[in-house]
Amino acid sequence: MFKKILIANRGEIAVRVIRACHEMGIIAVAVYSDVDRASLHLRHADEAYPIGGAAATESYLNFHKILEAAQRSGADAIHPGYGFLSENAAFAQACADAGVKFIGPTAAAMETMGSKTRARQAMERAGVPFVPGTSHGLESVEQAQQVAARIGYPVMLKAAAGGGGKGMRLVHAHDQLKSSLEAARSEAERSFGNGEVYLEKAILNPRHIEMQVLADEHGNTVYLGERECSLQRRHQKVLEEAPSPIVDPEMRRQMGEVAVRVAQAAGYTNAGTVEFLVDQQKNFYFLEMNTRLQVEHPVTELITGLDLVHLQIRIAAGERLPFNQDDLQIRGHAIECRIYAEDPDNNYFPSPGKITMLLEPSGPGIRCDSGMYEGWTVPTDYDPLLAKLIGYGADRDQATGRLMRALNEYFVGGIKTNISLFRRILRDADFRAAQLDTGFLDRLLSAKEDTPVDSKIAGPDERGELSDVAAIAAGMFAALGLAANGPGESEAAAAPVRARSVSNWRSTSRGEALR
Amino acid sequence: MTYEVTIDGKHYRLELSRADGGWSCRLDGREVDVDAVVIRPGVLSLRVANQVYEVKCERVAGDLQLWVGSTSFAAEVRDPRSLRGRSRGKDDHGVRELAASMPGKVVRLLALEGSDVEAGAGVVVVEAMKMQNEIKSPKKGRIQKILVREGTAVNAGDILAIVE
Repeated sequence: MFKKILIANRGEIAVRVIRACHEMGIIAVAVYSDVDRASLHLRHADEAYPIGGAAATESYLNFHKILEAAQRSGADAIHPGYGFLSENAAFAQACADAGVKFIGPTAAAMETMGSKTRARQAMERAGVPFVPGTSHGLESVEQAQQVAARIGYPVMLKAAAGGGGKGMRLVHAHDQLKSSLEAARSEAERSFGNGEVYLEKAILNPRHIEMQVLADEHGNTVYLGERECSLQRRHQKVLEEAPSPIVDPEMRRQMGEVAVRVAQAAGYTNAGTVEFLVDQQKNFYFLEMNTRLQVEHPVTELITGLDLVHLQIRIAAGERLPFNQDDLQIRGHAIECRIYAEDPDNNYFPSPGKITMLLEPSGPGIRCDSGMYEGWTVPTDYDPLLAKLIGYGADRDQATGRLMRALNEYFVGGIKTNISLFRRILRDADFRAAQLDTGFLDRLLSAKEDTPVDSKIAGPDERGELSDVAAIAAGMFAALGLAANGPGESEAAAAPVRARSVSNWRSTSRGEALR
Repeated sequence: MTYEVTIDGKHYRLELSRADGGWSCRLDGREVDVDAVVIRPGVLSLRVANQVYEVKCERVAGDLQLWVGSTSFAAEVRDPRSLRGRSRGKDDHGVRELAASMPGKVVRLLALEGSDVEAGAGVVVVEAMKMQNEIKSPKKGRIQKILVREGTAVNAGDILAIVE
């Protein structure tokens, strides 16, 4: 087993992996950029190495600095987390060359699945169902037109080298194809340095359902159940759940077996995820494979009782999977919210800044994987994911109820977050009925409303009563001089509370001649 | 103590005083049975009759925001007898301050000192995390002063301009 693991990441996932290391008696080495010296992952680590400037390219994406830190610390393995270098085949290879074990798949497996077109080709050879379209980059407008005419509009143009919606265009009709193709190519070139674009049939209002797979280095591959990730905004996942409300045991078995075939076709080891699009007839089509641990892995952990990071470490250390496919049991339901530093009233504009107050939920069925703490300043340089809040219960209703309760306990002061969006989602009738597809969130967000998201929480009568309470509280805060520390508030407001509040009130009331 | 309180635009007259170890409270002339405990700066556990509420308050860029549980309200408190308690950024002459709502860098000025602006017109553009945000004038008036220039780094709450 490894003695020391370097975590080549930051934020909540770095905290999560450091915790797994500590649980397994392994020394955890952190790396940090100039703006992350005070971050939570560093506070949890045993050793830490500075790796340069705030910009990711200078620090968290800098192979040389990360490997140098690994060498200096004597780490025998590197966990890449998600994002950053986690799907970088050249980095995985550099680790192998440096004699440091990369906790994840091999560079070769990453390369096969890293290009969407190469992945489709591999799937074709493996007899895996995928969305009709081209398995190679489009060579000309004419070719695109021919393929589109054959498979039928609407079609989706997609970048081979990356995702997140970049280099993607939905084309409804023949006359839009040429301009869409040009736009997709140039966006792909700008975003990934590779303008290769391919074409697929566009499935309308699909569900995005992905299957977790796990493979050891001895040829054993299993699936661990699916996740429903249809709630997306601009192709970024916002809320995920497991199991999928529409997948029954038979469909799980079918999708799982296909996912295992995909992983085997790619020569895959360690943890990975096979993504599918599912149409309204429950036909599923291979979309792509993510060759890393995913953000939403906790929902799978909760319904299977497994610790995926522990398993990743054990697999990388050469152990066999400690269970068979038959041992897998799915129990209960889990739903995860991605808490971002974003302003829901300002088009989800990033909202970095100092967290002046943090009240985190806990209690039955609640898991909170957080990268923030009270007093921390959210940097402007990275993806603003602050934490993941997961609710688990015996069934979907109980999970939803617990998650809603936890969201009501959650308070982050000093910055804006998208917490209010989740309250709105969980109250939505279609969400409760599990009527989900990738268009759900866009529809919810564009539903007519003339008040900011927060005010939807209480109905009009409730709000009237609460308004009176707010008025009384506002007066009390003013009288006690105890507004929370926004910028410019005096230090004195934070001084010992009870003694000060009483004396402040006394002196104020004396000054005003009240008793 | 008497306060004029505005919650999301609704006006209240609030009379609050300490009495017999508890509180005496009248809201718009109506007597209300209340007590409160300060949990920590900015957090009150407030009892109104037999309902209890946790109320949090935060001051950002001159505005006061209150959460009663998880429902939020914009609040203004004016103590008619003294200057203390007036919310920042406003006074009898209607002078308003424009503040940055997040840390970033000023990339463009959209108006000049001394020029007239309409309510809602952009005055300063601040960039953060590769996105640009236009800070708008809250009222129709004249730009009395611009306190930043292109390239100035700003923090949340920093005053960018003053409109009168």
